[in-house]
Amino acid sequence: MGACGCFLMRLRSASTSIESPGAVSGTGPSFTASLYRVVEHALDKPFGARANPLKQLGAIGFLLLWLLVASGVPLYIMFDTAAEGAYRSIESLDLLPWRLGSILRGLHRYATDAFVCVMGLHILREWMLGRFRHFRKWLWITGVPLVVLAFISAVGGFWLNWDRLGQYSAQTTAEWIDALPLLAMPLARNFLYPASLGDRLFTLFIFIHIGASLFLIFGLWFHIQRISRARVLPEWSLAACLSCTLILLCLVLPVHGQGPADLQIAPAALALDWWILFIHPLTVATSPAIAWGLVLCTLGLLLLLPFLPTRLRSPVAVVNPDNCSGCARCFDDCPYSAITMVPHPDRLDGLHLARVDAAACASCGICTGACPSSTPFRHDTILETGIDMPQAPIDSLRRQLRQGLEEMQDSRRLVVFSCNKGATLLSPATDILHFELICAGMLPPAFVEFAIRAGADGVLVSGCREGGCVFRLGQQWMAGRLVGMREPHLRSSVAQDRWLSVWADPGDEATLQDAIDVLRRRCDARIPVIAKEMMQ
Amino acid sequence: MSRTLNWIGQALLYGGFAVALGVFSRWPIYHPLASGMAQIKVSFIHHGLRVADCRPYTAEEQARMAPNMRKSMKCGRERSPVSIEVDIDGKLALRHVAPPSGLSHDGASAMYQRIDLPAGEHRIAVRINDNKAVAGFTAQREATVTLVPAQVMVIDFNPDKGGIVLL
Repeated sequence: MGACGCFLMRLRSASTSIESPGAVSGTGPSFTASLYRVVEHALDKPFGARANPLKQLGAIGFLLLWLLVASGVPLYIMFDTAAEGAYRSIESLDLLPWRLGSILRGLHRYATDAFVCVMGLHILREWMLGRFRHFRKWLWITGVPLVVLAFISAVGGFWLNWDRLGQYSAQTTAEWIDALPLLAMPLARNFLYPASLGDRLFTLFIFIHIGASLFLIFGLWFHIQRISRARVLPEWSLAACLSCTLILLCLVLPVHGQGPADLQIAPAALALDWWILFIHPLTVATSPAIAWGLVLCTLGLLLLLPFLPTRLRSPVAVVNPDNCSGCARCFDDCPYSAITMVPHPDRLDGLHLARVDAAACASCGICTGACPSSTPFRHDTILETGIDMPQAPIDSLRRQLRQGLEEMQDSRRLVVFSCNKGATLLSPATDILHFELICAGMLPPAFVEFAIRAGADGVLVSGCREGGCVFRLGQQWMAGRLVGMREPHLRSSVAQDRWLSVWADPGDEATLQDAIDVLRRRCDARIPVIAKEMMQ
Repeated sequence: MSRTLNWIGQALLYGGFAVALGVFSRWPIYHPLASGMAQIKVSFIHHGLRVADCRPYTAEEQARMAPNMRKSMKCGRERSPVSIEVDIDGKLALRHVAPPSGLSHDGASAMYQRIDLPAGEHRIAVRINDNKAVAGFTAQREATVTLVPAQVMVIDFNPDKGGIVLL
């Protein structure tokens, strides 16, 4: 295999694919991923790619959780934690001035509904995009118990109102749990007589609601352990608009109790919250055993998904201790916290060395793009960098770039570095030298300048749409590096009209083609000028 | 123009999300109990009688025990299951045998069952047996009750309160 990498070089309309065994680069998106992208792209138009809510469902979930905490704390302060006074204390919220009570209560309810909805969409998105295997296995598995905790907390919240809906939910849940052969005494007996409902049981309700919420927050901490720079708030515009929408909803459709609970009367008609309490009608319509079966099968399937047979993993990043300066840029840029800095084993001067956690490594190559040793201007015959991808060594890219440019016969020579998860270059041309990268973020920005110095008239860098990077941060880091906002950066001395970046997902091939045409026009405008300069 | 359309698009999407939240948090109305129906909850938690009668320890058995552990009567731990039958208007509506809980079958027997029935006047007959040595039933009660729609009546068994309780 030697120095060959997975860069897909297209030269003079002849395609050459050089891939190492086991590499996943170049595989197209699945049907479900394509389907999801259609919906996601549709929302890019009104919201913009950066503030598209479908691209930050996890962050929206966090926002809703913060809204729940913010509304839940004052509600708890005003809540009478006794069976007798609970309903009265909740209803007395309506007496607060400026409809504050309605807002607090409504926000708590609607944010819960929205949380469940967003959580479902988040799971659906990750599944449709196939993001539950390999290095994402831990993220997926730690997310499954959070679904259970979210529902326990949400359902338990209805009991605290102790209105007819709370009474029905508590009784039905108790009957459902009693279907399991676990308890010697049926839980449902707690709701036989008004006298049997004591304050101790109410304390248990509170523990379930608040305790499950606290466990949920703790579980979320685990859930995001393996991603760096996890977003716990969405874009401010999205956060503000979503919060205002929920508050407006509280005022237009305030949440009211459905009459005080009375254990001697069976609730006959309930305005059920179907987002959360759908499990009760499901249990009644089928049977407790079937409902348990459905729930356990769903959870089991979710837990099993990451272990289903799949294609081989790509090789992970490899650190070259002789070329690692311990600068920690790869550590900073790794989207999955797969890199840690450890004391260098051979140096006693306090130097550090990057270490890759193979299980957490996404094989995206963003670390290679971040490494200062990846600069192609080094004079070494073989470009050895501090951290490299075995399936796409940076030396291979430099060598093929040099060779490709030397062999190009066209009067106009363009170099296209594109992410192989993004838009595909559909029409190779004789004036294009095309390299497909694992991620746009794996390109050291100095390669743009290197390509120009080596004879390219223009360079195009292409990657996934903003906020849509398969490896989370590749597009963001690359965009920052190109404009000098992030290290390593493209030098400002490189003429602005010689390079271009375009962020296009699969399906945006026309956008990529348009960008190439723009670069061609720029080059055509420059070439006569250069020729004139040379003649003088 | 494009920007205005984007704002309108955003407003529609936020509005749609709010409508979905607001509507499905209260609609469609769910009817756990059909109109004109009432409910009977049959439940008890009760220790059945011991399967084996207690007998005095023999002198040999007493001698084998440590002095501080000696007692006069030896009782088996296993208890009888508790069986119940409920007739409503002369028809058998429920028959259930609740085994004693615990690995040694020495705990209480418990059951819970919900029965929906039309509101109105009903003749209720409840029979309970908590001693498997006895053929038939050890406690019985019959009563005529009038249930209003959505009323919940509880049938319980509590020997301290006179046996079968209808509340």
